Amino acid sequence: MGILFEDGNFALFRDSFLQTVELSALSALLALLIGTLLAAFRVSPVPALRAFGTVWVNVFRNTPLTLLFFAVVFGLPRLDVHYSSFVFAVLALGIYTASFVCEVLRAGINTVPLGQAEAARSLGMGFGQTLTLIVLPQAARTVLGPMSSVFIALPRNSAIAGAFSISELYGAQQTLNERGYSILTIFFWVALAYLFLSAVIGLIFRFLENRLAVAR
Amino acid sequence: MSSSSSTVLYDAPGPRAKVRYRGFGVLSLLGIAALLWYAYDRLASTGQFSAAMWNPFQYTAVQQRIVDGLLNTLSAFGVAAALSLVLGALLAAGRLSDHRPVRAAATAIVQFFRAMPLLIMIFALYHSMFATSPFWALVTGLTLYNGAVQAEIIRGGVNAVPRGQSEAAFALGLRKSQVMLTILVPQAVRSMLPAIIGQLVVTLKDTSLGWLITYSELLYVGKLIASNTSTPQGYPYIPVTIVISVIYIGMCLALTALAKWIEARGRRGANRRTSVAA
Amino acid sequence: MRTRRTIAIAMSVLTLTAVAACGKSGSPNDSADGTSAAPQLPTYQVKTDVKLDNSPTYAAAKKRGRLVIGAKSDQPFLGFEDLSAGSGASARSGFDIEIAKMIAADLGFSPSQIDWKTIVSANRENAISSGQIDYYVGTYTINAGRKAQVSFAGPYYVAGQDLLVLKSNTDITGPDSLKGRAVCTVAGSTSIANIEKYGAKVTKYDAYSQCVDKLLTNEVDALTTDDAILKGYAAKNPDKLKVVGNRFTQEPYGVGLAKDDKVLRDAINDALKAHEDNGDWKKAYDATLGRSGAGAPPVPALDRY
Repeated sequence: MGILFEDGNFALFRDSFLQTVELSALSALLALLIGTLLAAFRVSPVPALRAFGTVWVNVFRNTPLTLLFFAVVFGLPRLDVHYSSFVFAVLALGIYTASFVCEVLRAGINTVPLGQAEAARSLGMGFGQTLTLIVLPQAARTVLGPMSSVFIALPRNSAIAGAFSISELYGAQQTLNERGYSILTIFFWVALAYLFLSAVIGLIFRFLENRLAVAR
Repeated sequence: MSSSSSTVLYDAPGPRAKVRYRGFGVLSLLGIAALLWYAYDRLASTGQFSAAMWNPFQYTAVQQRIVDGLLNTLSAFGVAAALSLVLGALLAAGRLSDHRPVRAAATAIVQFFRAMPLLIMIFALYHSMFATSPFWALVTGLTLYNGAVQAEIIRGGVNAVPRGQSEAAFALGLRKSQVMLTILVPQAVRSMLPAIIGQLVVTLKDTSLGWLITYSELLYVGKLIASNTSTPQGYPYIPVTIVISVIYIGMCLALTALAKWIEARGRRGANRRTSVAA
Repeated sequence: MRTRRTIAIAMSVLTLTAVAACGKSGSPNDSADGTSAAPQLPTYQVKTDVKLDNSPTYAAAKKRGRLVIGAKSDQPFLGFEDLSAGSGASARSGFDIEIAKMIAADLGFSPSQIDWKTIVSANRENAISSGQIDYYVGTYTINAGRKAQVSFAGPYYVAGQDLLVLKSNTDITGPDSLKGRAVCTVAGSTSIANIEKYGAKVTKYDAYSQCVDKLLTNEVDALTTDDAILKGYAAKNPDKLKVVGNRFTQEPYGVGLAKDDKVLRDAINDALKAHEDNGDWKKAYDATLGRSGAGAPPVPALDRY
């Protein structure tokens, strides 16, 4: 169990852990942004936007994340889009997660009582105002539960980035394995890191739920 | 489906709004078309649509490889799906047990495997016990992770059956196992089937991780085709990605359609018997 | 909902028929490589009066009438499998494959009597010691750790870590010019530690072809691994890529076989010696890795033990 404190392994492990955190946090932001936009598209009165949202969600929810990584890492450079491996990883994870965020938000929007939107419209609000001022804030409350599963899955999914040149926790597992340490010992520490991460995200969401519950 | 939800947010458009929406529609269509055109143009100018890039797919031997990869994907999926449902049922039973130690153990197992990245588990399994059989490393990893998730779905489904059902059954003198197997689970199955199949879609997608431990499933085969075909414009990663994703998306949509169909059927049946399992 | 289901079914059916219906056989790579000036591969005389007593591996192969050889499948001009040519003997090509065929000929097996098996690096020892393959030829570096599990004939080639760069590149002349450069290699190889010492920024993927792709799109400056592998990629794309030719490690490649089969090991060493002396080795090199423009390194002395 002591391998973590030998030969600079701790620095490797710490850097990888921080990389996982950074990757997950940035992709979460991107996913929220794109996901909200997509959800707005999917409930909008413009058929073209609705179709775009539907196609986007169906394509990216049904593509394995690994394949999406391939498409981004080896496809985008052919479109003259050149970024670092890290930016590519954030893009792939963000785009993938956005489709799940969109579906959660859309389900949440559907739970807001019809009267709320009708009342907003009778006050003369348009689609954008109704959505951002009335419906989304109320949807946020019911959405928190399913949203927490989406974001707890994010650090888990981010492990795939390790196969595309990001030195996060999966990369650390690979490197330590190559250095010849027992795989079970390595797994113990890496597992601990992921348990910690999912516990923290769980706590953040519980805190948010409590805050919103008070606001009610 | 989406029409009922979207009308909540806006009135049926009047003549002015209709014109405005049409304007937005045209604008967004133009935007989407421009984006697609840009992507197409870039891909074409880097030779991604050249005959050489797509050439490998014409050969029967390559097609045979893809079919073999697809079959390997499906067999890993089939075995993992069956085993994860069994494990899920066992863990759910554990979490619903009356005995505190059993409950605690099942909860710990479920929480642990739900938090673990599949890739990390598969890698550890491959390098510790299954060095000679990537198939079993993949299937074991998939089973542990998806079993834990299925357990939560099954538990949720059983808990969602109205309390009166189990109370009535206990009052009739049925034992706990009888209540579970003859009263609760049959009613729960209907409401949880869509969620279970939804998770099976995840299982199917995750078989692609077998690529990293040299299990020759669909993605692995795709990667091999790409890297063994050298053209003047480079390796056909984009054509291969397009072909493989179409296959994956097709399979996943078919599974999702199955879930929707079962959901619709279940609702019909529920109405007929006027029971409220969901 | 109904339409979506129909679309889904239509899509999967379309895909399957597209995959199953039309098809060519043969190889697209044939015409591309078949320039008349290219050096020709040697052919090997299959021996008929082979007698190897007390070699369990040979006895089993003789009885089954076929030789099972492990190899790599994704290294052009080294250990390569042409996927479009089916799984027959003609699908395999490259320098390692030629070495394996020379040995097979001296053991009394013609190319059509060989069954090829693709074995990735991580599974080599296991495939040999469990008897899945009779011997293995595929960038297999001889070292003490591996000698505890398998035995090695050869070395038949001494590779060394080198750099593959764009042909137009004149700045990178060796490991010392790598400081701050983006260098690509494959995860799980020893090349990573070697190159990090020189201050390079390392990018890792899981196949060399992915690194070549990144090199061709200018996203990395160099690709590093054994020069034999690099020469293969340069030979595949001689107009765009070149091997720097400044090797900074020594990797003696051997033929892996069962640990206790000394009789077979000696026979393989004899075969290597004979084909090195009669010029087949050089011909095989010129027709494969030699196409990269890099000359053949000296033939290493065999390490008989």
